[in-house]
Amino acid sequence: MAETHKPPQPFTLRLRRYNPEAGDAPYWDEHTVELEPHRSVLEAILQAKDRFDGSIAIRCSCRQAICGSCGVRVNGQPALACHTHLDAALEGATDGVIEVEPMGNMPVIKDLIVDMDAVHWKKIQRVTPWLINKLPIPEREYIVPRESMVDITQTAGCIQCGACVSDCLAMEVDPGFIGPAALAKAYRFVGDPRDAERHERLLDLSQDPQGIYDCTHCFKCVDACPKDVNPMGQIMRLRRIAGEDEHIVDHNNGQRHEKSFVTLIKDYGLLHEAELLPRSYGGDSWFGKFHPAAGKELLSSLPVVIRGLLRHKMTIKGALLGHKIPKKDLQAVQKIYEKVEGQQERYELNLYISGTDENNAEPQGAATT
Amino acid sequence: MPAHDVLIIGAGLAGQRAALAAAEAGASVAIMSKVHPVRSHSVAAAGGINAAISLADDWHSHAYDTVKGSDFLGDQDAIEIMCSQAPAEVMHLEHIGVTFHRNDDGELDLRAFGGASMKRTAYVADITGQALLHVLYEQLMKHHETVARYEEWLTTSLLRDESGACVGVVARDVRSGRMEAFTAKNVILACGGAGQCYKPTTNGLIVTGDGISLAYRAGAPLMDMEMVQYHPTTLLGSGILITEGARGEGAHLLNKNGERFMEKMAPNKMELASRDVVSRAEQIEIDEGRGVGPDGQGIYLDVTVVPRKRTLEALREIVNLGRDFAGVDITREPILIRPGQHYIMGGVKTDVWGQTSIEGLYAAGEVACVSVHGGNRLGANSLLDTLIFGRRSGEHAAERSKHLRLPEVDTRAQLEHDAGVIDSIIAREHGGRRISEIKDELGVTMNNYAAVFRDEAGLQTALEIIGRLREESEKAWIDDRGTVFNQDVLGALELGFMIDCAEATVVGAIERKESRGAQFRTDYPERNDSEWLKHIDISLNGAGPEITFSPVTITEWQPEERKY
Repeated sequence: MAETHKPPQPFTLRLRRYNPEAGDAPYWDEHTVELEPHRSVLEAILQAKDRFDGSIAIRCSCRQAICGSCGVRVNGQPALACHTHLDAALEGATDGVIEVEPMGNMPVIKDLIVDMDAVHWKKIQRVTPWLINKLPIPEREYIVPRESMVDITQTAGCIQCGACVSDCLAMEVDPGFIGPAALAKAYRFVGDPRDAERHERLLDLSQDPQGIYDCTHCFKCVDACPKDVNPMGQIMRLRRIAGEDEHIVDHNNGQRHEKSFVTLIKDYGLLHEAELLPRSYGGDSWFGKFHPAAGKELLSSLPVVIRGLLRHKMTIKGALLGHKIPKKDLQAVQKIYEKVEGQQERYELNLYISGTDENNAEPQGAATT
Repeated sequence: MPAHDVLIIGAGLAGQRAALAAAEAGASVAIMSKVHPVRSHSVAAAGGINAAISLADDWHSHAYDTVKGSDFLGDQDAIEIMCSQAPAEVMHLEHIGVTFHRNDDGELDLRAFGGASMKRTAYVADITGQALLHVLYEQLMKHHETVARYEEWLTTSLLRDESGACVGVVARDVRSGRMEAFTAKNVILACGGAGQCYKPTTNGLIVTGDGISLAYRAGAPLMDMEMVQYHPTTLLGSGILITEGARGEGAHLLNKNGERFMEKMAPNKMELASRDVVSRAEQIEIDEGRGVGPDGQGIYLDVTVVPRKRTLEALREIVNLGRDFAGVDITREPILIRPGQHYIMGGVKTDVWGQTSIEGLYAAGEVACVSVHGGNRLGANSLLDTLIFGRRSGEHAAERSKHLRLPEVDTRAQLEHDAGVIDSIIAREHGGRRISEIKDELGVTMNNYAAVFRDEAGLQTALEIIGRLREESEKAWIDDRGTVFNQDVLGALELGFMIDCAEATVVGAIERKESRGAQFRTDYPERNDSEWLKHIDISLNGAGPEITFSPVTITEWQPEERKY
């Protein structure tokens, strides 16, 4: 909880400045402002702008984390400037100075302003971001389950600030990755019972080599999101619905690769790296090992394997025979599988519905079937 | 030079709705906004949208509530149009994808709102404005081939032909600083209110009265500018809005003795009386020493009486706002609020199709005064207003386009003039005051003298100060000499817009010698229907504002005493 009654105190900001007209490289610019500690980094920047240098550029409007304009990086972490308290920002500063930079993964236009059209909005446009109505359109409203609307309101709650895009590691390596914001937006339609093209959307996003299987589970977008949209969680839900409900097997092998993780843990209790590729290409069958694509992929992975061996990250025995765990433990792991797989419905934990309410004992998950 | 049938300035709900309607009617359309469309301030509307969609409801009841809420200053023909068309509009929004909250039968759920005689507010948690705005933007993305978007362009003036008709605009590309003329058969102003004239305000920093001022400078009359809504629940420190949905869900207002003081002012509706009534009641508690908080300047909003689970689901945003901006868990303790500037009922005078007095110029949304809100707007009627009159303006302008040729007009003079104004601002010598200082003084002045309670002496003081600030603003200097994202120069232009709006507000408030709706004159504390049941129109005549009057349209409901 923020303390709201402390008197004003000095805070020093170190702003990343860039003026495209000057022909100079980006530089750091320091200003000291005086504000109450519970005030926001945005208010501090605006005070510097109002009092010392009106040329400091930052997009901003609502000051209450709803318009999504002021996405920046504070001490290296993506955030809305208006949603970051000065005292919290100071705690995260390494040398007592609050550092503010433009967001990452997008070109900088000026100072703290990035070109969101060039990256973020292009990717949003990629996912066919509008409802494709189930027909016939009813005269009044579509009658849909109450939970379904609350569920997709989580992703509809995205304010398009770009914080997740800024911090996406997959996008850093592969700028073509559709990315967390756009895929969360895609879930908003896939999860919408009024949408007619759920299967087509999932097929599209599965078959795209830079689609749902391009995410690397790093959780950065989950931490970055100021509105609890949980983009990675939505991507995982897209995968589950695509694979398990719609039985979409993509030609990039994403679905089978993911599934082989699941079966390997079930069989061995731990990951068996040498089996991973054969299984993703050939399925559970023993002959799958001889799938030509698996062989090709294995060969291309050899340099990585050799490097791993040389650096003692793995042993030949461990790689070929897999890791062993005691039988008792393996049985315990398999019991978990039995229990989960034996359930009639799949429960998706929707944090947006349940919040973090320690008083609510009853389960709050939205069931999807 | 870009040319379109319909050019819309502003890309909030009214603007986007107008664009989609005009495109659907076959017009070539462009929408221009000084910010990216989803940053528009419609995004901050929280509680919901009113429509008599329940089978037990009747739009006449909605219309009556709106007329009564307006303190009988709203034009009843316009109110009837808005309320009768509301259910179809809400269904349209549902069909294009808005994730409206459902009841257990899967139908649209409705919540209670202030001044309404039954539950008729459809909602998406407490982010209804955001949900609507983003869905309309989805539709703009869908129709990207038929609706051109000029995102991050600031309109600097309206273009007129010899006959006086509006035939386009001059605008500045914020990203490059380039000035450009756009011609159009019709221009629709949909660029919002003027909340930044006040400090504090719930409105975003972009809400600077641009459209009101552009129309005013072009000669269109403004109407009922004195009617400024103070929202009863804004955070004491920051002025951030706490949705009326909180009271709709059952939250109480308490003074320092723990009394639900609304009992005195509105024994039936209590906390859900009209906003003007609730804000006045709060201000009286504060002024008479029964306020709470460090300086006794606040009131408690107690949300803890709402079941916690319901709060977390339906009022999620304000749970976050309370936590992040006031350090309070609203599900466990009351939060400090006070009345704060929120909305202007007045604006550019239009007819029921959004047409202003200038041929080819329309206005819709908060920039306009149709008037459906009269002296006081009901909660959850603003989203409705933007959509209904946005659509109607778009449709009407598209129809009008069919009978016109693209204007051929020499735009060079206006283009050079506007570029010259900007160059001269950039070239000003350092000295005098900064833009930010003048803006601050304007906001504080308005909040001191043109707030919940007003009187002649205070308003005259405000008028004097505004006159001085206008002079100072013409000499105020800026730091940024560049062209790319020169926000400094935008700030200077916006300050000019705000001063026009503030002046009109104070002039109207001085003129109206009665208390009606949001205007409470302590020196004229009664409503006076025999003399003041009329609109105040303000036009720019030469150097200053000129006042005329126009009648209020009454269809069904004669003025009566207003009790909640």
